[in-house]
Amino acid sequence: MSVIQADHVSIRYITGDLKNIGFKEYLARKWRGNYHIKEFWADKDISFSIERGDMLGIIGTNGAGKSTLLKAVSGIMRPSEGTLKVKGNMAALLELGSGFDNDLTVRENTYLRGAMLGYTREFMDAQYDSIIEFAELEDFEDYLFKQLSSGMKSRLAFSIACLVNPDIIILDEVLSVGDGAFQKKSMDRMKTILSSGVTGVLVSHSPKQVRKMCNKVLWLDHGKQVIFTDDVTTCCYAYEEFLITKRLPHSKEEIMQLASDWQERVKEYGEDAELD
Amino acid sequence: MNVKNTLLKLKRHQFLFEELVKRDFKQKYKRTVLGMGWSVLSPLLTLFVMNLIFSRFFGRSVNHYTIYLFCGNLLFSYFKESTTGGMNALVGNAGIFTKVNVPKYLFLFSKNVSALFNFGLTLCVFFLFVLFDRIHFGIHFLALLYPILCLVILNLGVGMILSALFVFFRDVKYLYDVFTMLLMYCSAIFYTVPDKYQIYFMLNPIYAYIRYFRLIVLEGRIPSLGHHVLCALYAVLFFGIGCWMYKKYNHRFLYYL
Repeated sequence: MSVIQADHVSIRYITGDLKNIGFKEYLARKWRGNYHIKEFWADKDISFSIERGDMLGIIGTNGAGKSTLLKAVSGIMRPSEGTLKVKGNMAALLELGSGFDNDLTVRENTYLRGAMLGYTREFMDAQYDSIIEFAELEDFEDYLFKQLSSGMKSRLAFSIACLVNPDIIILDEVLSVGDGAFQKKSMDRMKTILSSGVTGVLVSHSPKQVRKMCNKVLWLDHGKQVIFTDDVTTCCYAYEEFLITKRLPHSKEEIMQLASDWQERVKEYGEDAELD
Repeated sequence: MNVKNTLLKLKRHQFLFEELVKRDFKQKYKRTVLGMGWSVLSPLLTLFVMNLIFSRFFGRSVNHYTIYLFCGNLLFSYFKESTTGGMNALVGNAGIFTKVNVPKYLFLFSKNVSALFNFGLTLCVFFLFVLFDRIHFGIHFLALLYPILCLVILNLGVGMILSALFVFFRDVKYLYDVFTMLLMYCSAIFYTVPDKYQIYFMLNPIYAYIRYFRLIVLEGRIPSLGHHVLCALYAVLFFGIGCWMYKKYNHRFLYYL
């Protein structure tokens, strides 16, 4: 009865083929004998499963394959190998700024983005004012989108997105937009959504955030699965230690070791240990 | 049934479709002075220039040469505008569907709506010209809906094929540019076709639709059953290929964007 079930999911990018390099280059390489199609496995053999009400946190360094995996989960990409089953309607917030058109006004963009998230016109009409209010853009409704500052754009994007009310929510590093006051507002709003029983997948570069909000965690490194577990605290501690020492764990024991090393470090230097 | 599923999906995305159409319209005419006036002015200017140049050489043998010309121009420009605009449907909207799960054919359909709208406006002007030229407006004019419908479907099909190819091979833009020029010269827009060559020209789908229009408007007769079948065949063929391409390559598009 799992809501999301991933079995040995692998996603591959191909470079160097005819479509990428063009006809002339293709002939040149064939002639010289160095025409090779390169495969890049963004994700290899990832397996996890999530039940209703779970919140999965995905952690990993840059290039680990987190965003690619999310694209596969939200149906934008298809896994090259393995199966990915999703049950229920889903809203994926993969990039807050996508879907906006620079030459339309704020009002027109709000409706357009709302439509892309699957809202209905009636819903948008009803919610429009509260969206603008939350984003603090009441004086800017008729401005062209390109005339807004980047902070305003992010606030608007987040404001539209957080009205979403699906069975499953997918968040790709969207919880850190805006200034301090807005971040608090958005974090509170997200907490309300997440505590309403929605199932979710969250990618975050902040292990603290994952510890606070998630009950299951998936750690990816260069496309490979390090661990999938519901012992979120240990895993996050191990990850924080890994960020400093760069020692990748290859077994449960090593993860426990890393976690206890981190706790030692915190005792010595305090919570912001990584800043020294 | 697959058709029912698709229709349900379309209903679900109706709001998005409407917003995309609005956006495409605004994009088209931003910063222009005449705005939508160009939808009507542009084909009229083309008609005027063509009439001026070609009536000298070909106009003598044809009654109502302006209308003869207009039929060709009307349909051909709709085809060209619809397909070249549609070609960019996927690449131009890459920022959206690589990040948000949205059915990709919506983009093509919305681009086609603005072309269809322009066609509609020009069609009205066309009828004005017909009235002005004192051609008899009969009930048989209703039959014109048939080639128009076929052409709409044909445009969607060709648009799908082009937009899919354009994702993989950007050369398609340049090739298609030359191709439409060739097609235009082969569509007998400003010259007449002797009877013995009609059959070869009918291999050109656009000519088939233009000839249908001319038969109804200028000669006042309904085209043969074979002609009807041919029109439908072209439309269904290209639409089918287009749908097949979208279905087959649906999940590969984003690797090349």
